[in-house]
Amino acid sequence: MKPIQIENVQRELDRFQNRDVYLHLETTNGAYAKHFDKNASNAGAFIRNAQVRFTRAKIVGGTDSYRVGLKMDIGWIYAEGLADWEVTEEDQLLLAGHDAEGRLTVALQISEKPFRY
Amino acid sequence: MYHHKHVVVIYPHPDDESFGVAGTATKFHQNGIPVTYLCGTLGEMGRNMGTPLFANRESLPEIRKKELKDACNILHMDVKMLGYRDKTLEFESTDEIAAHLLTYLEDIKPTLVITHYPDYAVHPDHNAMGAAAVKAVGKMDNDVRPELWVQAITNDRHQTLGTPDVNIDTEDVFPTKMEAIKAHRSQAEGMLSRMRESPDFIGEYEEALKRLQFEEFYVWKFND
Repeated sequence: MKPIQIENVQRELDRFQNRDVYLHLETTNGAYAKHFDKNASNAGAFIRNAQVRFTRAKIVGGTDSYRVGLKMDIGWIYAEGLADWEVTEEDQLLLAGHDAEGRLTVALQISEKPFRY
Repeated sequence: MYHHKHVVVIYPHPDDESFGVAGTATKFHQNGIPVTYLCGTLGEMGRNMGTPLFANRESLPEIRKKELKDACNILHMDVKMLGYRDKTLEFESTDEIAAHLLTYLEDIKPTLVITHYPDYAVHPDHNAMGAAAVKAVGKMDNDVRPELWVQAITNDRHQTLGTPDVNIDTEDVFPTKMEAIKAHRSQAEGMLSRMRESPDFIGEYEEALKRLQFEEFYVWKFND
């Protein structure tokens, strides 16, 4: 993955507008958080291959990470802390945030076909 | 322990075998005892993506599959991948997973099975896989039922469960164990650095490694 360039990512988001697409949204601090620090709490959530249709998509820049909001007819999808992006060979848009050690902290991914696995 | 004919290891994630049982498995191999690893998932939801980044959520499964094969080559373990999905094992039917495991156990006819200690293995997938493995072995008739070793990894395991029944010092094969751990490139450095930095661990890298040198197990007792 490479650091987000806001114009390019916005262009990618635009191409998924008003179409039925598959979404992977995830955030986590890992299943071992409490094991390694008893004061931590394990928190995480993911939804994989949710079929959605959004009418508007926007990426907004912070100083070192970005937020994305996807507006649907009756709701919203939101992710914060995105810093890296990639378009795969299968034309999937992958957006992610990582901590200093390269651990995934948040992921927002959009694809016209279901994600594998 | 070297009277065993065939050992089956059952864990959910690529790298559980290297962190948990690599030294023991190497010793079995050195004594001519085959070891088969039934690996539940491909660790698809792992968080470590490498520093610098070389994996993403979609490429990770294939990367971890390759790492698993590399590690199992180092450990001379025959690996079977069961095809479940990371982070979802506790939501599957324990009976169905147990029946699935049983097809392998009836075919391989191991004399020893090693798995996680249900409820004492920290990660929900570990606990679920351990519970299914215990159930599978429990379904086997007394005369063919293998010995069952379960591995607890909670920090307070000695307080809650007492002294482990089996404690294997893997010092003589430790380089092989570290080689296997490092074969899991996408995960190993992240896990080792967390052990290094954790306030709940002794703190020193060497001390953290010492934890990995001893592989301890409880012997499961069936009631029938």
